[in-house]
Amino acid sequence: MKHLYSAACALLVSSALFLTSCKEDKKLPVYGLRETKTIKNADGSAGVDTIYQTIPAFKLLNQDSVYITNDQFKGKIYIADFFFTSCTSICPIMHRNLKTIYDKFQDNPDVLFLSHTIDFKYDTPSVLKKYAKKLGVDGPKWQFVYGPKDTIYTLAEKSYLVAVMQDSTNRDGYVHQGFLVLIDKDKKIRGAYDGTNPEQVAQLMKDIPILLAEDHKADKK
Amino acid sequence: MRKSIIILFFLSTLTGIFYSCQTAERIQQDAYYVNGRDLYIKHCQNCHGANGEGLGELAPPLTDTVYLKQNKAQLACFIKNGLSAPVTVHGKVYEGKMPDLNMADIDLAQVIVYITNSFGNKQGMYSTEQIAADLKKCK
Repeated sequence: MKHLYSAACALLVSSALFLTSCKEDKKLPVYGLRETKTIKNADGSAGVDTIYQTIPAFKLLNQDSVYITNDQFKGKIYIADFFFTSCTSICPIMHRNLKTIYDKFQDNPDVLFLSHTIDFKYDTPSVLKKYAKKLGVDGPKWQFVYGPKDTIYTLAEKSYLVAVMQDSTNRDGYVHQGFLVLIDKDKKIRGAYDGTNPEQVAQLMKDIPILLAEDHKADKK
Repeated sequence: MRKSIIILFFLSTLTGIFYSCQTAERIQQDAYYVNGRDLYIKHCQNCHGANGEGLGELAPPLTDTVYLKQNKAQLACFIKNGLSAPVTVHGKVYEGKMPDLNMADIDLAQVIVYITNSFGNKQGMYSTEQIAADLKKCK
């Protein structure tokens, strides 16, 4: 009987430890292509390092007609998406959901937002500015950027892994996926959430603090 | 005694008929309302929201009962043909463009019954015939 008791105790303690350790170690996955690179360790032996896919350097006009680059997001995490202002299908619901997240993290300077327009004909910076204002967004925390078709479409498909295209058969003229892409401090893709799906948006809301905590831990090392 | 029982029976039958008549109309309105809700979710909810709250200053809310009452005859036109003129709802001006949804009269009636009996509105039935008449008067 005594043995049974102590065994139960041990089980309880170990499972508690296991659970808490899981919690501490919770990390978001890294998406995208990856390569390996042979490196030299400190002791001179050869080792292998992983090179993750990152968002390349970009330079795009924002809603204030000012060029912004990666520097804007240095040391921050951000959520990127692709939309256009005259879109009547999925964009309103995506931005309704993203606005909720924006409002929640309004006071957190480490979380930024970046929306790219795929309507390179109509969505000039002044149109974007008007759109942002009407959405209830003001200030540099949420950037709306405009760029040439090639730049934006390549960035979407090759870097953020979001499909976008022009489609003359569609009422609105463009089709695109509604992903909200979560990018970490090191420009790596850490999550993609369907901006039209309330459950996935809720998951994004939960994942942001996890990513922030992870970055803080890395700072301490 | 017997006479009063007969009268009572007669009266209750009358009220029964009266109420069942009302129920038939009510049933039709409810059917429109339910179908209208599906149409609303499919065509309108993206911009106007699940609770008719609108979207910032991009899309007006559908909670302005006075506006919806005053412009009821125009609602079918707005939905069918779209709207690019500014509208004033709850005292705020909305300039965004609403796309034309080109729905059939019966669908327009159903979605309008849903909208005008939700989000604080309570305007009752709106028939397909009325839609046809109102569409002729579109500006």
